[in-house]
Amino acid sequence: MSAEPLLGIRDLSVDFVTPRGRVQAVREASLDVAAGECLAVVGESGSGKSQLFLACMGLLAARGATRGSARFRGQELLGASTAALNAVRGTRLAMVFQDPMNALTPHLSIGRQLGEVLLDRGLATLQEAHARSLAALQAVGLSDAESRLRQYPHELSGGQRQRVAIAMALITRPQLLIADEPTTALDVTVQAQVLQVLRRARQDGLAMVLITHDLGVVAGIADRVAIMYAGRIVETAPVRALFAAPAHPYTAALLEAVPRLTDASAGRLRSIAGQPPAPGEIVQGCAFAPRCPDVATICRREAPALRCGASRAVACHSPRIGHGLEP
Amino acid sequence: MTEGGLWSEAGRRLRNNRAAVIAGGLLVLLVLASLLAPLASRYAIDQVDWTLSPLASPPSLGNGHWFGTDSNGRDLFVRVWSGTQVSLLVALLATLVSLAIGVAWGATAGYLGGRVDEWMMRFVDVLYALPYMFFVIILTVVFGRSLLLIFLAIGAVGWLTMARIVRGQAMALRQREFVAAAITLGLPTHRIIARHIVPNVLGTVVVYATLTVPQVILFESFLSFLGLGVQEPLTSLGRLVAEGALEMETAPWQLLVPSAVLALLLLCLNFLGDGLRDALDPRAD
Repeated sequence: MSAEPLLGIRDLSVDFVTPRGRVQAVREASLDVAAGECLAVVGESGSGKSQLFLACMGLLAARGATRGSARFRGQELLGASTAALNAVRGTRLAMVFQDPMNALTPHLSIGRQLGEVLLDRGLATLQEAHARSLAALQAVGLSDAESRLRQYPHELSGGQRQRVAIAMALITRPQLLIADEPTTALDVTVQAQVLQVLRRARQDGLAMVLITHDLGVVAGIADRVAIMYAGRIVETAPVRALFAAPAHPYTAALLEAVPRLTDASAGRLRSIAGQPPAPGEIVQGCAFAPRCPDVATICRREAPALRCGASRAVACHSPRIGHGLEP
Repeated sequence: MTEGGLWSEAGRRLRNNRAAVIAGGLLVLLVLASLLAPLASRYAIDQVDWTLSPLASPPSLGNGHWFGTDSNGRDLFVRVWSGTQVSLLVALLATLVSLAIGVAWGATAGYLGGRVDEWMMRFVDVLYALPYMFFVIILTVVFGRSLLLIFLAIGAVGWLTMARIVRGQAMALRQREFVAAAITLGLPTHRIIARHIVPNVLGTVVVYATLTVPQVILFESFLSFLGLGVQEPLTSLGRLVAEGALEMETAPWQLLVPSAVLALLLLCLNFLGDGLRDALDPRAD
């Protein structure tokens, strides 16, 4: 971890006040994203992975409250004013969402949506905005970009729309792109194309946070992985090290649950027994303890802290690779 | 990449809608007639034709009263068209006022949500709860009777429903990801409201506006009936219909002529509104 990360998240918690009580969506998460790095954040639905980064972008629902800190290039994002956030949002920090069907304004042509941020910020004249929109569409591999600019969102397919959304996020050449499950809503073949687009975008030194629950996506694009479970980050590691030797029992279980074509014991898919804790449930000790094969008495009593090694970190009382944390 | 694009696209689609084009054409004719006919006629709106006996004459080409005369012997042709003028003016201005305030108010409240929304909508509720006739009577007492006052009075209340409709739509739109995408692009709030919320509610707004126009025309005639609206010798379509209804049995033309013009006007507006709604949807192609 470098001295000054591009995005440094420290002890970030996200709470929602609901009629049924307080729900902790994210619990004291700490993460760093270095310049030019691709960090994948993996977790199942409800693990808080999206909320963590929505909080960073100032996009939490009104009932959400944050604690902790998230600094982008040294500037605090949590609790910052809209004006301060807008100084980085769009130009240095961009985001792509899961559902391409809703990601574009239906009544504006593609060209106008793409150019909007450039024109609004005075970053380009009308001609420049047109040229850059065109270039952005070509960069995400959309054929016939010139006529696409005049089309409306409903005339494009889901994959095409997602590419337009990516082009829109990248048009200001941001330093960090947060992609929230960018391929989840797409067909497998289209997924591959969109991942290719993201991979190509990284060639210019773009850092990326890829939120996903698909480990196959992770292996193909990420440098580092953070695993989240029940609102906590349970493990972070370089991608190869993680796949080779998961430290947290949950990570190990996740990897085992990935179906393999070469698996001799083909038949039933392996799954993790039990359910994650319900939102709002008060968890004593480690949240994974009820489902953990390695569970010990201490696990049910005390939540493990995230312990950092040289390149990886794990929050477990009895990690599978020992306390040195090096595989 | 200017604001004109949405409207020029909509204009093109509107021109392809035959019903809307015909309605628009008829509307233009009605407007022209209401503007030119009173000038071209040899009678004035308050001029009594004493040569008639009885004073209420049915439509006739012979004596020059094409639409007949009212019970006081005044030419109905000139009165109907000048009444159309007044009705259109009231309807147009009141609708514009309610559009401008209602859309801006509703979109802002719905998009911002939370406490701002609470306060803005409670303000609307308070105005709703105000006894409206009482409000208009006070206005007329304080400021005296004038056409401008009617615009203000009707517009001041007309926007309330518009604001509620737009707010509901804006609340739904706020949840859509393109709004989140616009926020992450760092667009300022007023721009998100203007570019991503308002255009998306226009279809609903246009339809509601075309429904408002007949309401306003009828409401104006109600105010006039109470003596709070347009004053004699000035008239409006609503007033003419109300007066005609009194003479329905003895002089049916006094009811039929202004009613026909009013019906034609409302029909045209409805067709045009329908066409506009379709035209404002880019998926229409």
